[in-house]
Amino acid sequence: MKTRMLSLAGLLLAGPALADPDDDTLVINGEIEIVTKAPAPAHLEDVFDTIISGWHYRNDETQAIEADDFENPGMLGVEAARDDWFEVAGTGEESCASCHGEPEEMAGVRPVYPKWNEDAGEVRTLAMQVNDCRTSRMGAEPWKYAGDEMTDMVALISSVSRGMPVDVAIDGPAQSTWEAGRDIYYTRYGRLELACANCHEDNNGSMIRADHLSQGQINGFPTYRLKNAKLNAVQSRFKGCIRDTMAETFEPGSPELVALELYVASRGNGLSVEGPSVRN
Amino acid sequence: MKRILTGIVLSLVLGGVAPAAEIVPPADVPFDEYGSVETSLSGTPGDPENGRALMNKGAGNCVACHRVSELEELGFLGTIGPVLDGAADRWTEADLRGIVADAKRIFPETMMPSFYKTGGYVRPGDGFTGEAAEGELAPLLTAQEVEDLVAYLMTLHES
Ligand code: HEC
Ligand code: HEC
Ligand code: HEC
Repeated sequence: MKTRMLSLAGLLLAGPALADPDDDTLVINGEIEIVTKAPAPAHLEDVFDTIISGWHYRNDETQAIEADDFENPGMLGVEAARDDWFEVAGTGEESCASCHGEPEEMAGVRPVYPKWNEDAGEVRTLAMQVNDCRTSRMGAEPWKYAGDEMTDMVALISSVSRGMPVDVAIDGPAQSTWEAGRDIYYTRYGRLELACANCHEDNNGSMIRADHLSQGQINGFPTYRLKNAKLNAVQSRFKGCIRDTMAETFEPGSPELVALELYVASRGNGLSVEGPSVRN
Repeated sequence: MKRILTGIVLSLVLGGVAPAAEIVPPADVPFDEYGSVETSLSGTPGDPENGRALMNKGAGNCVACHRVSELEELGFLGTIGPVLDGAADRWTEADLRGIVADAKRIFPETMMPSFYKTGGYVRPGDGFTGEAAEGELAPLLTAQEVEDLVAYLMTLHES
C-alpha cells in the first residue's frame, strides 16, 4: 500500500511540468481580430472552461507568420483557388463565379460547415458541397476529396470568413451524425489504444515528446504546416492522428471522418474562423 | 561480461539448444488481483542497458510520455506520465513488470499503452502505415524486452 501512496505523490509532482498555451493575441494583417480563446460551448462545459485555438500552442515565430498574409504560405493556395474560382469548367461551361459572384460572397459559409443539407438528406462538409456543385451543377469532374485543388478551394472559402465565430448546428437532423462523431472522438483506436480525447482533451498543454499538445481544434483549417510545407485538409490531419495510434485509419470523405469533422468543429463553436492557419 | 553471457543464453534459447525457454505467452501472464506479475516473462534475467535503449525506441517509446533525469540528454522528453525517477523506490519488481506488461490493470483507463498483449484492439493497424493489421499480432514488446525494461526501471532510485 505504501508504494501506491507514493506513486500518487509522483503523479502530482508531474503536474507543474505542463507547458501551458500562451496569452498572445492574434490580429491578421493588422485588421482581422481573431478570437483564439472563448468560453466552452454548452455541450463541452463539463470538459473545458475555455476553448483555445491551436495557434496558442505554437512558438512566436510560427504565430507571427499567420498574422500577415504576405508571410503566410497558405495564402498561395488561396490565390491558386481564386484562379480556379473564375475558371470555366465542365459541360455547363460555367465557373463558380457564374453562379456565386466574387469569392467574398462566401463570407459566413465556413463558420456553419459541416452542415445538414435538406435536399440531399445528409451532413455535408465544405468539400462535399464544392464537389456537388462541380458534378451536379457544372458537369465537371469531382476534385479529390483532400487533394490540393479542393484544399486550396476550402482555404479560399475559409479565408473570406476569417474573424467570424464558428457556429455549427449539432441538433435537429444533424444530431445523429454529431453523436457518431462524438463516439469516434472517445474511441481508443489502434494497438496503442488512444482516443482523440486522451491527447487533446486530457493532456492538452503537455508535451508528447517534442510536440506541444493542443486541444486539436479545427477552426484554423486548412492549415499550412511547416513540417510538410503545404496546406493540409482537416480530414488528412485526422487520418494522420489515427495512424499514429497504430490503427487502421479512415479515408478522407468517409462517413466516419465527416461525422468526426462535425463533432470536432462543434468543440470550437465560439472561436473565430482562422484558416488558412500556420502550424508546425 | 553479464551482457555477453545473456547474449549467449539468448542465442542458445533461440537456437533451440537450451531446454524450451519459459516464455510466458501474452494470454497466460499470471497477473495477481492487483495487476502485478511475480514471475519473469522470459525466464532470462533482464538486461538494464538494453532496457535503457528501449526507453527511446520503437513501440516502447516510453520517453514520449515520461521524463527520467538520467535520460535528459535525449532532449524533448514527454510530460504526460509521471517522472520515472525513483520508480524502483515506489514499486516492487513485480509491480513494474505488471505496469510495463499491461498498465491498465494497475491504473484502470490509463493512457499508457498495454505493451504485452495481442488482442482486444479497435481497428489494429499494420505498424504506422495506416493499413489494417493482417494475421496474428505480436505484442508491442517481446517478453525479453519487458524484462529488460523492468531491469532498467529497477535501477531508478531516488538520489
Ligand atoms: C450552376 C450554378 C453553380 C455553380 C457553377 C456553382 N455552384 Fe455552388 N451552389 C449553387 C447552388 C444553387 C447552391 C445552393 C445549393 C444547396 O443549398 O443545395 C450552391 C452552394 C454552394 C456552397 C454552399 C453555400 C452555403 O451557403 O451553404 C458552396 C461552398 C459552393 N456552392 C461552392 C461552389 C464552388 C467552389 C463552385 C465552383 C467549383 C461552385 N459552387 C459552382 C450553384 C452553383
Ligand atoms: C497520441 C496523441 C494524439 C492522438 C491520440 C490524437 N492526436 Fe491529434 N495531434 C497530436 C499532436 C502531437 C498534434 C500536433 C500538436 C497539436 O496541435 O496538438 C496533433 C494535432 C491535431 C490537430 C491540429 C490542430 C491545429 O491547431 O492545427 C487536430 C485537428 C487533431 N490533432 C485532431 C485529432 C483527432 C480528431 C484525433 C482523434 C481521431 C486526434 N487528433 C488524436 C496528437 C494526437
Ligand atoms: C502514451 C503515454 C505513455 C507511454 C508511451 C508510456 N507511459 Fe508509462 N505511464 C503513462 C501514464 C499516464 C502513467 C500514469 C498512470 C495513470 O494513468 O494513472 C504511467 C505510469 C507509468 C509507471 C508508474 C509511474 C511511477 O509511479 O513511477 C511506470 C513505471 C511507467 N509508466 C513506465 C513506462 C514504460 C517503461 C514505458 C515504455 C515501455 C511507458 N511507461 C510508456 C503514460 C505512458
